[in-house]
Amino acid sequence: MNIVVLVKQVPDSGSERKLDPADNTVARAAADNVINEMDEYAIEEALTIKEAQGGEVTVLTVGPDGATDAIRKALSMGADKAVHVSDEAIHGSDAVQISGILAAALQQVEYDLVLCGAEATDSQMSVMPALLSERLGIPQLSGARKVTIDGGTAKVERQTDGGYWALEAPLPAIVSTWDTINEPRYPSFKGIMAAKKKPVTTLTLADIGVDASAVGLANATTQVLDFAGRPPKGEGVKVTDEGDGAQKFVDFLAGQKIV
Amino acid sequence: MAEILVLAELNPAGGGVRKTTLEALTAARALGEPSAVVLGAPGTAAGVRDQLAEYGAATVYVAESPDVDDYLVAPKAEVLAQLVGEKSPAAVVIPSSPEGKEIAARLAVKTGSGFLTDVTEITADGTATQVAFAGATIVHSKVTAGTPIYTLRGNSVTPEAAPAAGAEQPVSVSVSDQAKQVRVVERVVEQKSNRPELTEASIVVSGGRGVASAENFSVIEGLADSLGAAVGASRAAVDSGFYPHSFQVGQTGKTVSPQLYVAVGISGAIQHRAGMQTSKTIVAINKDPEAPIFELADFGVVGDLNTVVPAATEQINARK
Ligand SMILES: Cc1cc2nc3c(=O)[nH]c(=O)nc-3n(C[C@H](O)[C@H](O)[C@H](O)COP(=O)(O)OP(=O)(O)OC[C@H]3O[C@@H](n4cnc5c(N)ncnc54)[C@H](O)[C@@H]3O)c2cc1C
Ligand SMILES: Nc1ncnc2c1ncn2[C@@H]1O[C@H](COP(=O)(O)O)[C@@H](O)[C@H]1O
Repeated sequence: MNIVVLVKQVPDSGSERKLDPADNTVARAAADNVINEMDEYAIEEALTIKEAQGGEVTVLTVGPDGATDAIRKALSMGADKAVHVSDEAIHGSDAVQISGILAAALQQVEYDLVLCGAEATDSQMSVMPALLSERLGIPQLSGARKVTIDGGTAKVERQTDGGYWALEAPLPAIVSTWDTINEPRYPSFKGIMAAKKKPVTTLTLADIGVDASAVGLANATTQVLDFAGRPPKGEGVKVTDEGDGAQKFVDFLAGQKIV
Repeated sequence: MAEILVLAELNPAGGGVRKTTLEALTAARALGEPSAVVLGAPGTAAGVRDQLAEYGAATVYVAESPDVDDYLVAPKAEVLAQLVGEKSPAAVVIPSSPEGKEIAARLAVKTGSGFLTDVTEITADGTATQVAFAGATIVHSKVTAGTPIYTLRGNSVTPEAAPAAGAEQPVSVSVSDQAKQVRVVERVVEQKSNRPELTEASIVVSGGRGVASAENFSVIEGLADSLGAAVGASRAAVDSGFYPHSFQVGQTGKTVSPQLYVAVGISGAIQHRAGMQTSKTIVAINKDPEAPIFELADFGVVGDLNTVVPAATEQINARK
């Protein structure tokens, strides 16, 4: 079973994140960058499948040079090797364009299964499996809370409001995982040391046969015109409960015509 | 006037259209004349046409086929792409559910277009507003390639009726084998709730780790029921097993934008804010006066939820 896990490096969702006023793209250079938290669940799932069925786990990322940190994290958890697509021309690419780059890179590796996170915490789009399914012609089983690989078939429980849909499709397929699916392992000291020696192949757009004129900010299919901080909320009212907290709360609701 | 295709999102069999569809029809009217697209199993359109017409659909395209229901997402994107090819609409507006976003993504690749997800507003010139980074940043964006495709975040637009003809027009459906790769074997409902849908509710009452146990979530449910509200939960409450994951609000849970959001026993971590910051009015009940949730709150009660919430519930019920 050859598994590719898509991993994205993103600004830490727990820290202050910004757009860069120079070109309205995500300010990545000065940010506190980490592996997309949601991708750790995909890595864990890949490792679990490999442990049960054998095979190899390859990490694939499209991102600037600094994205090697996310790759090392994935390798230290136990992935075998990595492919890093990095090229100045990619800066400012939108989701449609990134999917074209990932699809071209995937055409150069052998895979039975592609796993990715259910969403990137910076863009919060949750669209990569759909985009890649469309480009590669492989089935999309997105939003998994459970994955079973049974011979040549992928079975997924797709999380829905108040339940799930049971999905089934032939391999090769792309599956995205929610954070309900497993508990990602922490890298061990041994894993961290071993990761330093694992192979990382760095590819440019030319290496994967993508024309630079198809990607990048200038050729994006969407454009950020401007942005601003959310206007600060006016100071709210805060009361301390001295037996009258509930009354004051209900009075407030009445004032808002809610009760 | 330019034609705008609006994909109707439907409730399960016989349940009419979702409120998000009426919101999408309303938002689309800024761009042109909306036509609704109904994709579903045979017999789907009959129960929803009138409602679509009432909210402004000049035409209702009806593509009914078991294929649309039996396989995940891909057939819907295929039929929609076929319609975009035939009608050359000025834009496509889709409710921003997980499925809606995936249909938008596929449609973008098929039609060589750009797409914007989770927009909260669309203006006449096609500029969309998005809320980024846990609500901290407001972004204005435009689609610059192909037919602009937007997915509209729920509760961002107030549905307004604008009666139109709603002329039914059948669309012939032939779904390719390629689009029939992912079979929906079963749809399982695990929690049936009589409360409003979390993402649609106009009032949400959420509990956090401070609620302290699954049993004690009855305190949250009590307040929610007195207000006719949906119940939500923080990730800590979900991870502790107090409440099911499908009720989680925040970065990796649901994004809600109700008229009133009541955060009970929730500290207000940035990842929680990500899912509720755009609520119109926010009330916080927390025993720690320093809790960051108070920075967002229009009204805050520093106190023990176990005394404040049951007392408030009782008073609200008494007023009815
Ligand atoms: C709130 C918000 C909503 C958005 N919504 C949408 C949407 O609905 N639809 C849509 O298509 N787009 C959307 N975008 C993207 C937007 O339209 C622009 O395309 C965006 O400003 C550019 O993307 P970015 O900021 O991620 O660019 P960048 O920060 O440049 O990132 C683009 C990608 O390229 C990689 N990259 C950067 N430099 C290199 C390098 N040297 N080598 C290799 N890889 C590199 C990054 O890791 C990243 O994966 C949204 C952005 C925001 C902030
Ligand atoms: N630049 C990228 N490189 C590798 N994987 C990515 C990239 N962007 C998105 N992904 C994958 O796609 C998933 C969903 O991202 P998104 O659709 O942007 O929310 C992420 O969790 C990643 O696994």
